[in-house]
Amino acid sequence: MERIPILKMGEFLLVTIQVDMHDRLALTLQDDLTAQIVARKAHGVLIDISALEMVDSFIGRMLSNIANMAKLLDAETVVVGMQPSVAITLVELGMPMRGIRTALDIEKGMAALHAFTGNRSFSLSDGVLTETNEEDDAGSVL
Amino acid sequence: MQVASSETYEIRGSDDIVVVRQAVRQRAVALGFNLVDQTKIVTAASELARNTLQHGGGGKAAIEVVKNSVTSGLKLTFTDEGPGIPDIALAMKDGYTSKTGMGLGLGGAKRLSNEFEIESQPGQGTRVAILRWKGL
Repeated sequence: MERIPILKMGEFLLVTIQVDMHDRLALTLQDDLTAQIVARKAHGVLIDISALEMVDSFIGRMLSNIANMAKLLDAETVVVGMQPSVAITLVELGMPMRGIRTALDIEKGMAALHAFTGNRSFSLSDGVLTETNEEDDAGSVL
Repeated sequence: MQVASSETYEIRGSDDIVVVRQAVRQRAVALGFNLVDQTKIVTAASELARNTLQHGGGGKAAIEVVKNSVTSGLKLTFTDEGPGIPDIALAMKDGYTSKTGMGLGLGGAKRLSNEFEIESQPGQGTRVAILRWKGL
């Protein structure tokens, strides 16, 4: 069965969508990604859509679903590389793209993921798990 | 308006949605549509092809290259023999949700096109046509 590969880079998962996805393939990616977030204990997902010449409501909803499901699994999602013509079309289509963070390219997307997740370090002292946040919570939301 | 060429595609599964949008892309590129206009008509085609499949139970897409005295364009007609749409005005509203869609199909496709037509008879099927002119 056709699948879109999911790569692991440190604590992040990286997906590059390079084919014109039919609906089943998009749903398979959604299932695979959520499974991999848990299996690989990932804290971030970077989805590169720079090769996508079109994002319709189905693919848009799939991206939005992935971001929301990842959030429930304690992972942040950043979608990178959207073509300007795709952005224009999505707005005219009226696609809300709820909960999706975007960055212009992979480099900026990785930087954003590091910023979202970098302040999440835990230390075990006196048998008590304490969270050491260098920034306050408001700082982690763009 | 005269029809310069016409081709028809069957829509029976989600793979056919991809076939239709790739065919529309090829025609739009051949006609010299700019990238934004290509993306708009391909996206509208994808929405309507999915409606034909999911709501109409499958059907046909006709892709026509049309010309008037000024410019050329692409006309796409989607027909099915499904249950039809009882309330077209309601179905055109954003946020109208069928079982599987987000309800952006019809309203979204209309906004992405220059011209839009819809005919539907409950129990007899639906026909949706969109037209996008080059450079408009």
